[in-house]
Amino acid sequence: MRLAIKNARIVDPATGRDGTGDLYVADGKISAETGRADRTIDAKGLVAAPGFIDIAARLREPGFEYKATLESEVAAAIAGGVTSLACPPDTDPPLDEPGLVDMLRRRAKALSRVRVYPLGALTVKLEGERLTEMAQLAEAGCVAFSQGNAPIADTQILWRALQYAATFGFRVWLRPEDAWLAKGGVAHDGEVATRLGLPGIPSFAETIALALMLELVRATGARVHFCRVSTAGAVEMIRAAKRDGLRVTCDVGIHHLHLSELDLGYFDANCRLEPPLRSQRDRDALARGLEDGAIDCACSDHTPVDEDGKHLPFAEAEPGATGLELLLPLTLKWGEARKLPLAKTLARITCNAAEVLGVKSGRLAAGAPADIAIFDPQAMLRVSPETLRSQGKNTPFAGYELPGRVRYTIVDGNVVYEG
Amino acid sequence: MPRNPQLNEKGELQHLLSIEGLPREILAQILDTAESFVGVTEREVKKVPLLRGKSVFNLFFEPSTRTRTTFEIAAKRLSADVINLNIAVSSQTKGESLLDTVANLSAMQADIFVVRHASSGAPFLIASHVKPHEHVVNAGDGRHAHPTQGLLDLYTIRHYKQDFSRLTVAIIGDVLHSRVARSLIHGLTTLGTPAVRVIGPQTLMPAGVEALGVKVFHDMREGLRDCDVIVMLRLQNERMNGALLPSAQEYFKHYGLTAEKLALAQPDAIVMHPGPMNRGVEIDSSVADGPHSVILPQVTFGIAVRMAVMSIVAS
Repeated sequence: MRLAIKNARIVDPATGRDGTGDLYVADGKISAETGRADRTIDAKGLVAAPGFIDIAARLREPGFEYKATLESEVAAAIAGGVTSLACPPDTDPPLDEPGLVDMLRRRAKALSRVRVYPLGALTVKLEGERLTEMAQLAEAGCVAFSQGNAPIADTQILWRALQYAATFGFRVWLRPEDAWLAKGGVAHDGEVATRLGLPGIPSFAETIALALMLELVRATGARVHFCRVSTAGAVEMIRAAKRDGLRVTCDVGIHHLHLSELDLGYFDANCRLEPPLRSQRDRDALARGLEDGAIDCACSDHTPVDEDGKHLPFAEAEPGATGLELLLPLTLKWGEARKLPLAKTLARITCNAAEVLGVKSGRLAAGAPADIAIFDPQAMLRVSPETLRSQGKNTPFAGYELPGRVRYTIVDGNVVYEG
Repeated sequence: MPRNPQLNEKGELQHLLSIEGLPREILAQILDTAESFVGVTEREVKKVPLLRGKSVFNLFFEPSTRTRTTFEIAAKRLSADVINLNIAVSSQTKGESLLDTVANLSAMQADIFVVRHASSGAPFLIASHVKPHEHVVNAGDGRHAHPTQGLLDLYTIRHYKQDFSRLTVAIIGDVLHSRVARSLIHGLTTLGTPAVRVIGPQTLMPAGVEALGVKVFHDMREGLRDCDVIVMLRLQNERMNGALLPSAQEYFKHYGLTAEKLALAQPDAIVMHPGPMNRGVEIDSSVADGPHSVILPQVTFGIAVRMAVMSIVAS
């Protein structure tokens, strides 16, 4: 199948290219050759960019099918222009055995609409006690190893896990949070939690864990990616570590780029997130860090939760927000607020994310996988439970008008979504 | 920020969920109404027909005898029918969700839900799901709020001191876990109290508590100086021996109210306590039973205040 995308504003963040032109696809790859096409898409007024890469999206399979299924969440992904996604291992059972990973990949492949990259569990059952068979999990298709949101309380086990992963060159993704300092907490330990009487998680629960992890990276040489940083302090520490030449990367969740503890309002359970929404100062530092490169990429941290899981008092509500369909709009909103050129904005969910993930997509160079998102950057998306395709309707952005409507999503040269 | 869920479109009290965010006029209205009910509670026939034919459901997801009883008495004095549900030991243990429980009770024609819950914010969740003619009164949620206790504290202070605008009030003890402290602080600041102090060790102070408009003291003697009102908080047993405090003895030595420390306050200072008291832990018996103590009048006023709240929300 040969595809021609005509008159598009082609934005390729990897090269900084931003200009009107035509884009050709042949045999599932971006093609340098023009010529006859089986299908032509007139993309006048639309942006053609590499398909988005969401490095944290929970599909809820296996184990939580009542919250979401692979079908529903893949549909949400492509409606949001997401062509590749990494899913954390915190399924039930967790992705700690090659058979489970294999099954997930096969299920995803059968849908053949989006590239799914599973993260393997770093420890058995994510309990933070015994290492998983990382080499076998990698063979089964795990691109990195992670604990999801589960802690490793025992520092020696974390040290050993990083040593072992470093031995084979495996990437390890860690969310820095001290298990003891965060114990029982459900909100940022600050004015709002104090006012609402919610048990707090102090900022230093993140920075203390991060300091420890950075030391272990220095000691072991492990390739570590830090997930969902939420504090100004952590952003500064990672900026400094990178300045020192440490090979670490870092992401931020799209909710934390825009919201703060103040958005909890009167106990809005949709704002119950892990890590918690922090102060406005933290939020501003995250937005700045994503611009200056301290933070490499943005992700949705997509977590579909059913109504029963959210219709509870704040502290009892299940944490997380749906986000696959908001990755582009909220990234655009961030870029607009920072007055960034579109290529720079989109880099955070394309080539930068590809680098963290270690995959070849996320660029429009000839020969690259033909994963393309075509969207209208001006059209507004009205966020409502009815318009979201994800089975998870849990979002603090319900009722918002956000920029960026996806018109076509192309994966591997096939048009998998038309909006 | 969404509209204050306690008020209806006309700005009247629809539910009582928290003192925070209530305008001064509504606080004054509640206190004035309570004053008119104090007379009722002293009569031989202690009843008024204001809530005749209405049903008050006491929904206690967390055990409490004292608060539940005072709500029950208050509702009965307003001639309401009272149904007590101790949910801590019924449907919740059978796995019924909070909102299902409320929906079921609502189908039994409730007019007022008096709710106590261990989770901060639970009454807000309930209030956002009840029918328009149903009212929710928060009887204590987690660490968040205990507005009727805060109001009865305000009533007591007003009764003895009249004017809030010249007072120095000290709240002493476990502010971190205290919904009583939070509610009283909001009430005092709303009514224009110039000096509200909180006194306790750092382990019992919530982060950024100064933002509520209080001044923090760790030295009780310093904090008590020239106070007009002293509010002692209850220290829960489980907090006494652990990472928050080493022992009840050491706590009493530094933060227990004794006659000697009380002498640092104004000569006419009043001493309050939300009860139940731990004598010898947060307060010495000689003070609890002494001439400055207004702890028992607080209980009496509590009934009038709860009558006022229920009659205002249901009217």
